[in-house]
Amino acid sequence: MHIPDGYLSPSTCVTLYAFAASGWYSALKRVRRLLATRMIPLISLFAAFSFVIMMFNVPLPGGTTGHALGVTVAAIVLGPSGSILAVSIALTIQALFFGDGGVTTLGANCLNMAIVGSVVAYGVYRLIAGRSEVGARRRALAAAIAGYISINVAALFTAFELGIQPTLFHDASGTPLYAPYPLHVAIPAMMIGHLTFAGLAEAVISAGMVSYLQSSDIGLFRGIGDVSSLPTAAKSVESAPPLRLWWIVGFLMLCTPLGILAAGTAWGEWSSADLANPTMRARIEAASGNHAPPSSVPAGLQKLSAIWTAPFPGYAPRFVKSATFGYVLSAMFGVGLFVLAAIVTTRITRRPRKQESRS
Amino acid sequence: MSQESFIESTLRGFTKAFSKALISEQAASQPGLLQCFDPRVRVVGVLSLVISVVLSRKFAVITVVMVLTILLATASRLSVRSLARRVWFVVLGFTGLIALPAVFITPGRRIVLLSALHLSISAPGLRSAALLVLRVETAATLTTVLVLCTPWAHILKALRSLRMPAEIVTMLAMTHRYVFLLIETANQMFESRQSRMVGKLTGPDKRRMTARTAGVLLSKSVELSHEVYLAMLSRGFDGEVRVLTDFRLKVLDYLGLTAFVCFACVATWMGR
Repeated sequence: MHIPDGYLSPSTCVTLYAFAASGWYSALKRVRRLLATRMIPLISLFAAFSFVIMMFNVPLPGGTTGHALGVTVAAIVLGPSGSILAVSIALTIQALFFGDGGVTTLGANCLNMAIVGSVVAYGVYRLIAGRSEVGARRRALAAAIAGYISINVAALFTAFELGIQPTLFHDASGTPLYAPYPLHVAIPAMMIGHLTFAGLAEAVISAGMVSYLQSSDIGLFRGIGDVSSLPTAAKSVESAPPLRLWWIVGFLMLCTPLGILAAGTAWGEWSSADLANPTMRARIEAASGNHAPPSSVPAGLQKLSAIWTAPFPGYAPRFVKSATFGYVLSAMFGVGLFVLAAIVTTRITRRPRKQESRS
Repeated sequence: MSQESFIESTLRGFTKAFSKALISEQAASQPGLLQCFDPRVRVVGVLSLVISVVLSRKFAVITVVMVLTILLATASRLSVRSLARRVWFVVLGFTGLIALPAVFITPGRRIVLLSALHLSISAPGLRSAALLVLRVETAATLTTVLVLCTPWAHILKALRSLRMPAEIVTMLAMTHRYVFLLIETANQMFESRQSRMVGKLTGPDKRRMTARTAGVLLSKSVELSHEVYLAMLSRGFDGEVRVLTDFRLKVLDYLGLTAFVCFACVATWMGR
């Protein structure tokens, strides 16, 4: 499942890095809050553990062997945030030091295995384990199912990323420039191996380890709060004021007029007026692989498009003459709405703060 | 699969990881062209070449970068044979196998008809497969050359001076250090178990044994993290991570960086 350099186009790599970065950022924030100074050694040792587990040959029914990721056990013990960080660190060392997986595709690999794998594994495990006793057999079963599903969902993400490459990135003669197989080939090819071997290996190792921990080291099931019960350092790490974030948001708002440079309308975002305009119809046909749009505006589209009229249609408020200023104003309005929503949500969901100090 | 081969293949994997790390450390300490440059120049230079390879759409441009990489490796005292064994054959075996069906199933102008097998090779399929294999080979060779010519500690310091968060750099360094300790621990557990086996294990026993070993390793990892943390506290750790970056750029480094980045820009431009 480790995608090497060269399989994904640069734009796919950048997009997946951006998704992964948001996952890393929120995971780091949460783990830092829960573990404070305790975070670095715990996550590092778990990352080293995940790395070594990936090297284990797991015997499977039928006499063959497979490799597990260890993401399920990491998610059960550390929680999804801790697991995201630990598995991402392990994948980074694999890519940089051992050449397993690419550098440009590291964001994709971390998104698929560390982020999607951890979140799915934790969600499925919690769903099936429910409120059962820590030593209940149901927990081992939950770990097995969580392991099997998480690996297969991660593989599906990988297959999807590989499968969209030939459709999106090919030269004038139609030759694929990156991974050459379309979705209808990439998905079955990737899933067959994971539904049979890799998923089974993760299920076996997850269930086996949960059973072992239930009998020998049950304390680890109490999660991140329990493993972090050591004294914390004198000065705990506090979250930095979000000043830099505001600078970035401001910069991005000033950059919004770049949208004016993009020619035409985004594919699939046509209005009923566009579908009625002959010039736009020709462009839509060219952008849709020479499939002509319907001869008349679809009745449902016509009907539903009149339900809501945006206050700032096309990011250009009617009372503003300059398109550039309209874009900036729309960005300010949008950011303002998000800030307002965040403040209201925080007020509603705020709970009394617990005593966080540990002796 | 016999019980010996399942344990032995795991042990073989551990040994391979150790030998890779050892070879990297030895190569990094040798004098050579790439080793002359500041680690930051090496990291930025090689990564810019990797990005130019990924961006390039032309066979000839990627070939030129590959040739340059081989020349760079030779001038850095790296053995071409070891690169072939460590990267080229592995990538060819993996990516070549993945790319092979594309030669036959990609639609387009047929250039060879294998009538006995009812298959035909299409020009776009052949070009697509060759482009993928060459691009992956070149990118993997570049990353390997960087790792073989730069100690891991220097790569991390370079990443820190390139603004990677100190906590992440510290975690990467600590993980790398303890990976080998945990590999050694797992190695000993498997070896001691193997030395006590007189009969054949059944399938469920094999799985139980692997899961138990992994479980013990997990418990040991958590215990070790407690000990490491207490040791950090005893040395005055206060939650702030400080990484010493004492690199100084010289004239040669500026020249090297300019050469790397210019070459990468030209390759990207030519290969667009």
